[in-house]
Amino acid sequence: MNFGFSEEQELLRAEVRKFLDQNCPLEEVRKLSETPQGFSRSYWDRFAELGWVGLGVPEVHGGIGLGWVDLVVVLEETGRTLFPSPLIATSLASAAIQAAGSEAQQARWLPGIADGSLIGTLAHLEDSDVLGCAGVELLARRDADAFLLTGGKHMVLDAANADLFVVPFKSGAGEEDISLAVIERATAGLDVEPAGSIDVTQRQGRLRLDGVRVETDAILGEPGGAAPLFERLLDCGAVAITAEAIGASEAALELTASYAKQRVQFDQPIGRFQGVKHPLAEMYVDIESFKSLLYYAAWALDNLPEEASLAASRAKAYASEAFPRIGIDTVGLHGGIGYTWEYDAHLYLKRAKWCRPTFGDADYHYERVARLGGI
Amino acid sequence: MDFNLEPEEEAFRAEVCAFLDENLVPDGERTAEFMAEWSRKVRERRWVGFSWPADVGGGGGSLMQQVILKDEMAKRKAPPLGSCFMGLAWVGPGIIQYGTEEQKQKFIPDILDGTYQWCTGYSEPDSGSDLASLKTRCVREGDEYVVNGQKIWTSIAMWSKWMILLVRTSTNVEVKHDGITCLLVEMDTPGITVRPIKNMSGGSIFAEVFFDDVRVPVENRLGVEGQGWQVTVSALANERSGIAEVHGLVRTLSDVKELARSCRRGGRPASQDPGIRRRIASADTRIEAMRLNGMRFLTKQLKGEPVGSESSVNKLHRALLEIELGELALEIQGSRGALDGESALDGGRWQKFSLNWPEVVIGGGTPNIQRNIIAERILGLPKD
Ligand SMILES: Cc1cc2nc3c(=O)[nH]c(=O)nc-3n(C[C@H](O)[C@H](O)[C@H](O)COP(=O)(O)OP(=O)(O)OC[C@H]3O[C@@H](n4cnc5c(N)ncnc54)[C@H](O)[C@@H]3O)c2cc1C
Repeated sequence: MNFGFSEEQELLRAEVRKFLDQNCPLEEVRKLSETPQGFSRSYWDRFAELGWVGLGVPEVHGGIGLGWVDLVVVLEETGRTLFPSPLIATSLASAAIQAAGSEAQQARWLPGIADGSLIGTLAHLEDSDVLGCAGVELLARRDADAFLLTGGKHMVLDAANADLFVVPFKSGAGEEDISLAVIERATAGLDVEPAGSIDVTQRQGRLRLDGVRVETDAILGEPGGAAPLFERLLDCGAVAITAEAIGASEAALELTASYAKQRVQFDQPIGRFQGVKHPLAEMYVDIESFKSLLYYAAWALDNLPEEASLAASRAKAYASEAFPRIGIDTVGLHGGIGYTWEYDAHLYLKRAKWCRPTFGDADYHYERVARLGGI
Repeated sequence: MDFNLEPEEEAFRAEVCAFLDENLVPDGERTAEFMAEWSRKVRERRWVGFSWPADVGGGGGSLMQQVILKDEMAKRKAPPLGSCFMGLAWVGPGIIQYGTEEQKQKFIPDILDGTYQWCTGYSEPDSGSDLASLKTRCVREGDEYVVNGQKIWTSIAMWSKWMILLVRTSTNVEVKHDGITCLLVEMDTPGITVRPIKNMSGGSIFAEVFFDDVRVPVENRLGVEGQGWQVTVSALANERSGIAEVHGLVRTLSDVKELARSCRRGGRPASQDPGIRRRIASADTRIEAMRLNGMRFLTKQLKGEPVGSESSVNKLHRALLEIELGELALEIQGSRGALDGESALDGGRWQKFSLNWPEVVIGGGTPNIQRNIIAERILGLPKD
């Protein structure tokens, strides 16, 4: 019995942390957030060289062939420094291709993903704002063997930076009649419109499809048979976002606890007042708890798929509830300085507000926990 | 990460399961004869005091075996292993660690056999959370200590034969934690008066205990004079990962779900009320977080890493869940939640349950104290 990380995983964590601390501290994150693309190509290429972009890609396609638990280790670290990159988006597209792509499809896209040259993303949400198969309204028209897609997707992670879009669409009338297409950026009829983000370190946007032609060789798996995979990708998304939330909330707690030890009012460090120390203790309790839930969810994605949805929903529900409160307390417990642009507290608060709805908020996931738990 | 057991651990689990298959009867059918048989059999297998060293009569079980045993027992709602609750929880471990050879021989077998009960005389009227401020006076006269003062909230004092007692042997100390001594006191010693206290559920499980020139032989001191605090702290620090407790919570939650299906609230089954659904799911999620926090804690213990105050995380969850599940069960019943006794659903089971939380929430260190522990010992904030 071992509910902890292996030596290799601890080493991986240490390497990622060292890279980020040396290259991309928060001053650098702030600079990157002011650029249109929002991330650094050269860090991305280094990430790819070090194997961290293709972590889950099989070795035959240029990756390392590891699992979600390993990716969680990396994401906790990227979350800790709010490192801006299309890593989550690309990992989701990569997971889709790994799970259902033919040998030819894998050979066509995975090596590019692993070496950093292809950024991928999952266009999982439409204007209905309903997660899952029920929210997919994009209905294809048949044109001989091909499908024609006209419609839109919103909240697409890293939309403007992506080279590959994994797009769920309906290929028939039934709710479960879902197919997944891989659409390359240059495809005629595809258009991307960046959207502003509450978290300046994040990029997202709207995808417009106007008669986009999808040939059969761009469909992952059997047409109409992708509903289970699509649901799984949403679980993966929830896990990935929550993994970054762990790192970010730990950094927020560290920042606030150390401030509470230094800041003196009424002749004592404010950390002596229970009105300050108890919210900090609650932060710790919440972080440790959604961390445990998340580790288990990642393990289940790799080892016990039938339990992964419930586990992922528990983790994301808890995190979606706790992380915004952690963000608010991080700002509030700093007093006036916490409200300034200069100081870093708001960066965590904004990440929390961004995380909350992304891949499902607490209401959504608690409802799922209730349903999967038999009521 | 790997949730599989080693082959020999798996074999031990199989042994426990086989025993339970053969010997356990359902909760409602446990007669006095069954209980006597059960006690004899689990004692025979050395599953009572399973974590204690074999040379004092314990089972010498490894950490992982202890977890497996408790886990399987709790899963099937088996009766407790042994009946001397406080003796097994902290008096015994204290005696094993600090006791003399004579004390071990005198007390440990009776604790394992459940011959009689022990009670715990720590809290005083003016010393609760701030236990180290305790004042019960104690002076040595020859081969005896003479005790004067009062204890309070002493659970099962009226049914106990012995008490583990903290007294003050010195007031001339720099820090209040010094000058405290731990004594083992027979409850029928002249000068002891026990007065039961009725609690808000109407029953009495704890009492006030008065000491009036009570004479305790020096040989019944546990550990060194003036170092009773260390004796207490290390005995109480017999922290477990708390994984087994989760089974009880899971069972209660499953009954709460059943209740939600059967009760109507606002014209529909309570199980369809979005607010109730979210609260059930939130409790479910916190219980699962406790289970998994416990597994991470256990992993650290198994690796021999120092484990600190992390168990306070689960103590806080446990306390808040204990309250929330009671509230939820009453709110699910709508206006009928305000009934009680025979007029209420299930004979008032949930009303009773909803008033029992202080045992967990106040009895074992209050939530505020747990928050202080986390803030001070884990986050390094200044003491208040
Ligand atoms: C069912 C039950 C069984 C018990 N059994 C036993 C037993 O067998 N033996 C025994 O010795 N004791 C027993 N106790 C006593 C128990 O240990 C004490 O009640 C507990 O330590 C709290 O002490 P107190 O009641 O004096 O409350 P207080 O310490 O006076 O606390 C009152 C309130 O103030 C808060 N508070 C106190 N200090 C602080 C602080 N520093 N920061 C923030 N808030 C604070 C507390 O959280 C609480 O809400 C039992 C109690 C109960 C309810």
